[in-house]
Amino acid sequence: MNFDFSEDQKLLQKTVRDYLEEHAPLASAREVLETDASYSPELWKGAAELGWLGATIPEEHGGAGFGHLELCLIAEEVGRALAPIPFSSSVYLFTEAILQAGSEAQRKAHLPLLAAGDRIGTFALAEKPGCPTEDSIQATLDGDKLTGAKLAVHDGQTANAAVVAARGPEGVSLVLVDLDGDGVSRQPLDSIDGSRPQASLTFDGAAAEVLGTAGEGWALAESLLDRAAVLLAFEQLGSAQRAFEITKDFTMGRYAFGRPVASFQAVKHRLADLWCSIELARSNAYYGAWALSGDEPELAVAAPGARISATDALELAAEEMVHLHGGVGFTWEYDCHLFYRRSKTLGLALGGAREWRDKLVRRLAAQA
Amino acid sequence: MDFNDTPEEAAFRAEAHAWLAANAELRGPDDPTSSALAEIESEEELQRAKDWQKKKADAGWACITWPKEYGGRGATPIQSVIWGQEEARFRTPPNVFGIGIGMCGPTILTHGTDEQKRRWIPRLVSGEEVWCQLFSEPSAGSDLAGLRTSAVQDGDEWVVNGQKIWTTGAQLCDWGILVTRHDANVAKHAGLTYFVVDMHSAGIEIRPIHQINDGEGFNEVFFSDVRIPDANRIGEVGDGWRVAITTLMNERASIGAGNAGGGDSIMDMIKLAQEVGAFEDSDVRQRIADFYVKRKGLEYTGYRTLTALSQGRTPGPEASMGKLVGAKLMQDMGSFGMDLAGLAGSLAPSAAPADGTFQSQFLGSPGLRIAGGTDEILRNIISERVLRLPPEVRLDKEVAFRDVPTGN
Repeated sequence: MNFDFSEDQKLLQKTVRDYLEEHAPLASAREVLETDASYSPELWKGAAELGWLGATIPEEHGGAGFGHLELCLIAEEVGRALAPIPFSSSVYLFTEAILQAGSEAQRKAHLPLLAAGDRIGTFALAEKPGCPTEDSIQATLDGDKLTGAKLAVHDGQTANAAVVAARGPEGVSLVLVDLDGDGVSRQPLDSIDGSRPQASLTFDGAAAEVLGTAGEGWALAESLLDRAAVLLAFEQLGSAQRAFEITKDFTMGRYAFGRPVASFQAVKHRLADLWCSIELARSNAYYGAWALSGDEPELAVAAPGARISATDALELAAEEMVHLHGGVGFTWEYDCHLFYRRSKTLGLALGGAREWRDKLVRRLAAQA
Repeated sequence: MDFNDTPEEAAFRAEAHAWLAANAELRGPDDPTSSALAEIESEEELQRAKDWQKKKADAGWACITWPKEYGGRGATPIQSVIWGQEEARFRTPPNVFGIGIGMCGPTILTHGTDEQKRRWIPRLVSGEEVWCQLFSEPSAGSDLAGLRTSAVQDGDEWVVNGQKIWTTGAQLCDWGILVTRHDANVAKHAGLTYFVVDMHSAGIEIRPIHQINDGEGFNEVFFSDVRIPDANRIGEVGDGWRVAITTLMNERASIGAGNAGGGDSIMDMIKLAQEVGAFEDSDVRQRIADFYVKRKGLEYTGYRTLTALSQGRTPGPEASMGKLVGAKLMQDMGSFGMDLAGLAGSLAPSAAPADGTFQSQFLGSPGLRIAGGTDEILRNIISERVLRLPPEVRLDKEVAFRDVPTGN
């Protein structure tokens, strides 16, 4: 029994944390939130140089050749720092899509650029508010031309390439689109978390090439979402842990009625419950990491389990963070809102907890 | 990250399994799952439990982490877990030794003299003597150190008067661990002394408590001039609280471990929802998903604890989470499982759908949320001992116990 990361993996995690503590204080997320910037290019460059962007890309394609366990721990640190970079879109979704389904030519064309940080990728599924389903995909693929629109795509403004779900004669396929090419227009959207911006994408005869098998795009999308769910769960876990630590320290230092507010049961019991929620999320995320790294069949339930538990933990952590800071928690000046915004943005990326709960229980029932 | 045994663990598992296979029957798929709510109620069940314990002890498979000189095997904690996993695969009698093995034995091994260990431990290991715990009182539950049962020294004996409550299986037991107040003139925690008491002593009266779930596993125990030899004192006079803490830490770990199972009731709930036509209700699926991630979160936290054990680390007060989350989860699942069955949900466990699993959970879980530390006490433990938040302000710390306000 070894349900833990190895010493080498923990050492890697520490180097990631040390780097982010120096180069990505919370002020850097705030800067992206408060300005027109859509990410931090300096941090992105650092992430490329340190091998994070190519963590799961084989060395022959310019990657670091780590595995998914290492990527899970990098994701946890990215979450801990609220790093303002398009990491989840490019690494958990686009890069994973190429690794899972790309032809040799597609791997050669994309992976080296992704690992070097010279190409940012994203994933475009939803076309209207609500939970996307196979039937809801209306973007059309006619030969190698894509026409249609995608809503609220994370990092849609900055990405150079996207995996897009579209309907062709064979059914729904996933296609690769160069977002810098002809026939693509982008519209930045105001979102609740400007440190992880979103945009709508419109395609008018844009050049597209099928990823994987034509007509089998929905199953591939589901599988990619499962894989990304585990990685994003680690990012959520990192953010939740940081929110908890900042909140705990604040309540220890803040005095009311002549004693630290952390000494009141009304406060400390909330922190104890939050700690339990984060520990449960950590355990579910570890199980997801195990299933992801070994391509285990259990991933079908491990991924939604990790996702739901991490979403619950981060949303609770962010709510408690604002609340237990009292009035200052509601100010723009304090950092609580960075976590509060991020908690919901991450909770809705890949579909909200409601969708994942449904997915989980339907899959459990199918096993019965 | 790997769920497999190390080669040494695999060899130990094979050895354990081989002995079990030669001495017990494998459980069938339809065997009822063992429950944290099980109670022993007959002499015949007790004798079967004793026989099985003796058989294990004779072969060196009882209390395996305890030292060999007292009847144990000197095994590691991870080996104990492996043994437990293997034993759970076989049909065995209900366990009446949980308190003795889980709490009393470890306390005596930690604080007892060599003579005390030689007197009590081997007969606990062999199942010849059954043990109970005499801690809580009508006026001392969460505030256990506020207990009032008095012990007055008389030569080389102590005379004990007072009342204990929530004593599991008292009428079946030969020995009990007992915390008393020997001095009400000093501060609360300083006036306590810890004993082992012969449950067959003159002056002990046992009255069963009729519980919400119709069980009578708990008892009140009355002490009227009960005489205990000084040789039965564990630790120094006035050292009772420190000794009791050892017992309590072991208690929470064993109750938490008992709750970590029960994963099957999620699948029972899905089946029930399908049978009654409720599965297509989105709200039903949402609730089941929440139960599942909590249940699995606890199970996987157990794997993290095992990993710590396997690496030679000792889990600490964070084990309190298992009972805090698990007991409330059982209550919520019981209640929701009953909802699914509609009117039939309020039938008794013996008559209800899904073998009455959810009704048993509903009726039994309130006790689990109280026993061995209430939800609130566990939150205090987590916040003070795991998170290192400031302790409660205490009004009873610097005063003599007799001057502590009591409200009556």
